[in-house]
Amino acid sequence: MLRWLKRNPAREEKSPPAAAERGILVFENTSEVIRAESRLRESGRSVRVMGPPPEIRTGCDLVIEFPLIEELAVRRLLEEQGLRPLQVVPVSGPLLKPVDLFQVKDFGDCLMVRAANMKLTFEKQTRLIVNVSGGGCPDVPYLARELIGKTLEEAPEPRRIGHTLCGYALQLALEECRRRCSL
Amino acid sequence: MLALIGTVPEPEVGLVEGEAGREPGFIRVGSRRFPVTRGTPALIAACLAAGEVLGTPPPAVFLGGDIGRGTGSRLVYRRLVDLLPQGDFSLVVFHYLQPDVDWHNRILLSVEGRSPRPILIADAGFMYAAKMSGEAPRYDLFTPDAGELAFLADEEAPHPFYTRGFILHEEQNVPELILRAFRHGNAARCLLVKGRVDTIACEGRILETIASPCVEALEPIGGTGDTLTGLVAALVGAGRGIAEAAGIAARVNRIAGALADPTPRTPVQALIEQIPRALRSLLDSAARLHHSEP
Repeated sequence: MLRWLKRNPAREEKSPPAAAERGILVFENTSEVIRAESRLRESGRSVRVMGPPPEIRTGCDLVIEFPLIEELAVRRLLEEQGLRPLQVVPVSGPLLKPVDLFQVKDFGDCLMVRAANMKLTFEKQTRLIVNVSGGGCPDVPYLARELIGKTLEEAPEPRRIGHTLCGYALQLALEECRRRCSL
Repeated sequence: MLALIGTVPEPEVGLVEGEAGREPGFIRVGSRRFPVTRGTPALIAACLAAGEVLGTPPPAVFLGGDIGRGTGSRLVYRRLVDLLPQGDFSLVVFHYLQPDVDWHNRILLSVEGRSPRPILIADAGFMYAAKMSGEAPRYDLFTPDAGELAFLADEEAPHPFYTRGFILHEEQNVPELILRAFRHGNAARCLLVKGRVDTIACEGRILETIASPCVEALEPIGGTGDTLTGLVAALVGAGRGIAEAAGIAARVNRIAGALADPTPRTPVQALIEQIPRALRSLLDSAARLHHSEP
């Protein structure tokens, strides 16, 4: 995902606005953030998924950073999708960035990829997902059930069916597995 | 009494509470059965398996049906805030719950008034909330893996997802990360760091490392960290001290893993089935050693 973000032309054309010009959209849960991110990117807007500032953190959250000047248009676009941010807040300081380091362990016929606290293991020959471990949010057991036994290509996207940061980290691990298979 | 608190990935469950029992491949709570694949059911199953050897009564469990929306976690939180101030729990283990600092603080407040205060163990999502709340030192034990330890060591990160890159998650950095977590007040009184080498640290000092038997294939198997926490819970519930229980649990989890002869595809249930045998053999060897001492 982060590599995709880096390759995204919209991001390459526009550098992030200065802190005072940026705002964040706060949503009820991570799945709403992910839906909103997808819609805003489709519309060509320069947005980033980031960690919330300390004063509005609840424990398992993401926010969307966007150019504040576009607030009205952004709100309208999201409302068309039935998405209503809980808050729109100007950014006054640096925001936390999601993890972007992967660790890989080779088990011979299986490969394990770790992103943050989530690990996904697949069979090299068949690309079948054989195990999911790590994480601590309640969607992890659910996501594991949905992914194990499917190939990397067939597996549902954790960012679409998950709801937490662990789900988001598992998405990153899945994308890294797919990338490694395509090399 | 021991209380185990977490979630199951079945949203229709709502809130389930009661004494837990074990069946092959399942745990039972009242009339409900839940498959043991990973997460809180794996923790409960491991605790029950150890209890069969230790002769301890079954734990009370509180489970919310939750697939990450937080609905089931909030049902559990609400119930605990009412129950904990008067409940007769000597040990409370918090596990896969939606991290929520506000609810965390209410839960902590509800046990702080108890005398004696129950022993508190946190793992998974509730450990994340405990660290983020700044109240980590009020806990007796956290059981992080290497990635979660890096999160505890990063005083800025509110979730492992935001652990800063310069705090590397490499296992060789575990001693340094442990000290950093203690230094910033982001560790419980004791830590049991799960990994290729299990490390036990209390109040800023590393007490013990356990590296054998080393079964590489356990790392990708979902639930092996949950079984370790379940084992510690059973041992502390049986009266062992935190550090001693952590050491025994780490060895038993490894021995059970070796007995299961796993591959990365093996389900955690295979390890759980070996826990009674592994624990019995470890306790027997310790007893023999004790009797042979002059």
